[in-house]
Amino acid sequence: MRAAIALALVLAAAAAGAGEVRAPATFLSPDLRALQDDPSRHPGWLWVDSGEAHWRAPPAGGRPSCQGCHGDIGGMRGVATRYPQVADDGRLLNLEGRIETCRSRHQQAPAFGYESEPLLSLTAAVALQSRGLPTAVATDGPAASFVAEGRRLFETRMGQLNLSCAQCHEANVGRRLRGDVISSGIGTGFPAYRLEWNTMGSLHRRLRACSLGVRATQFSLGSPEYLALELYLAARAQGLPIEAPGLRR
Amino acid sequence: MRIVLAAVALLGLAAAAAGQEVAPFVVSGDGIAAPLGGLAGSAERGGRIVRNRETANCLICHTIPDPAEAFMGEVGPPLAGVGARLTPGQIRLRLIDPTLANPDAVMPAYHRVAGLAHVDARWRGRPVLSAQDIEDVVAYLSALKE
Ligand code: HEC
Ligand code: HEC
Repeated sequence: MRAAIALALVLAAAAAGAGEVRAPATFLSPDLRALQDDPSRHPGWLWVDSGEAHWRAPPAGGRPSCQGCHGDIGGMRGVATRYPQVADDGRLLNLEGRIETCRSRHQQAPAFGYESEPLLSLTAAVALQSRGLPTAVATDGPAASFVAEGRRLFETRMGQLNLSCAQCHEANVGRRLRGDVISSGIGTGFPAYRLEWNTMGSLHRRLRACSLGVRATQFSLGSPEYLALELYLAARAQGLPIEAPGLRR
Repeated sequence: MRIVLAAVALLGLAAAAAGQEVAPFVVSGDGIAAPLGGLAGSAERGGRIVRNRETANCLICHTIPDPAEAFMGEVGPPLAGVGARLTPGQIRLRLIDPTLANPDAVMPAYHRVAGLAHVDARWRGRPVLSAQDIEDVVAYLSALKE
């Protein structure tokens, strides 16, 4: 498995020329990259372990566990590559939103809440099943308008510093912004354990940090704005391997 | 004030119009020749503003010739020698609002409040740097001759 991921990343790096979207791992320092690839040293595995326990544990009230409906978590292979996606009711759901929907609809239990430990853990454990598989979100049909909205936001200058996502994550990829190297700004490594946070965090938490960086309004976790951006980021990442749970500085 | 509005309208931009905290200015060519508010800048204070990581945060994107500074950015051009490449007026314009010279500029506008989207409430209606700060930074950069 690990060799497969490493190979996928090498291929992704080799395929990407100037101006192309590159896998986040190709921007990591060798140390962080080794850490991301090593479950025995990656602190995110604490969340993966706890997510697998949540997967098996039935909620109070006699409703089935995740495993009761879906079987072993290994059956979730490939699922994360297809999120965010538009649900039957027309809502755009990311993996967190899908898990919360199952939780309320099928388990009739109260939502975990965005950024809660159980939701981060389950998201990390489910996403891990797709590690190394290529991103493959639908961008046509009902998804098309969300992709367009995400793109509009990505290209809009925002905040007191008047910068768009694209001005950093397209125009200045590979350059140093203080201590960071600017990556292509895609979400394939999330949820990720970030050393600065000292904990696991969602993609939307990371996006709030970029918004704050340009002194723009921070949209809420799970907001329509960040969901549309998340889908557009996945559309840009199409074909690049899922890296979650990532390891970031 | 009429001249300012005319210059701004000429460029098709509404830069200096709004916000009492933004000083009026006149653009000529790709520079703003007159110091904001007629203020005199201090290169020494300007050097501190440029290095301040909480406010101007210039070094997130630029390098300056100072071996004591670590982790400087490379999104913008090195500022070494900028005082020899640009006139004080050209530097002033690039600090106030670089989109006045180039609509696609990446560098933030440090003395502008109009026409910005989704500004966090804490900073809404306020420029990043005051007129005095701008003049201090102009003085500091103009002295960076090599
Ligand atoms: C001023 C520059 C700047 C702007 C503007 C900016 N970012 Fe970032 N962003 C960064 C830096 C620096 C990092 C940390 C290094 C990296 O991974 O790119 C980062 C990280 C990220 C990451 C995490 C990538 C990873 O694998 O860890 C994502 C996703 C992202 N940005 C998306 C966005 C989006 C979407 C926007 C607009 C809402 C945005 N960024 C605006 C500079 C910026
Ligand atoms: C987010 C990145 C960023 C920040 C922050 C930033 N700059 Fe810039 N700066 C640039 C870029 C990029 C350019 C080149 C023109 C452009 O695209 O905006 C530039 C150009 C300049 C120039 C013209 C240089 C030349 O040789 O033509 C000066 C002077 C300058 N910056 C000074 C500053 C100062 C002083 C600060 C802080 C008060 C600052 N910059 C903050 C990115 C930045």
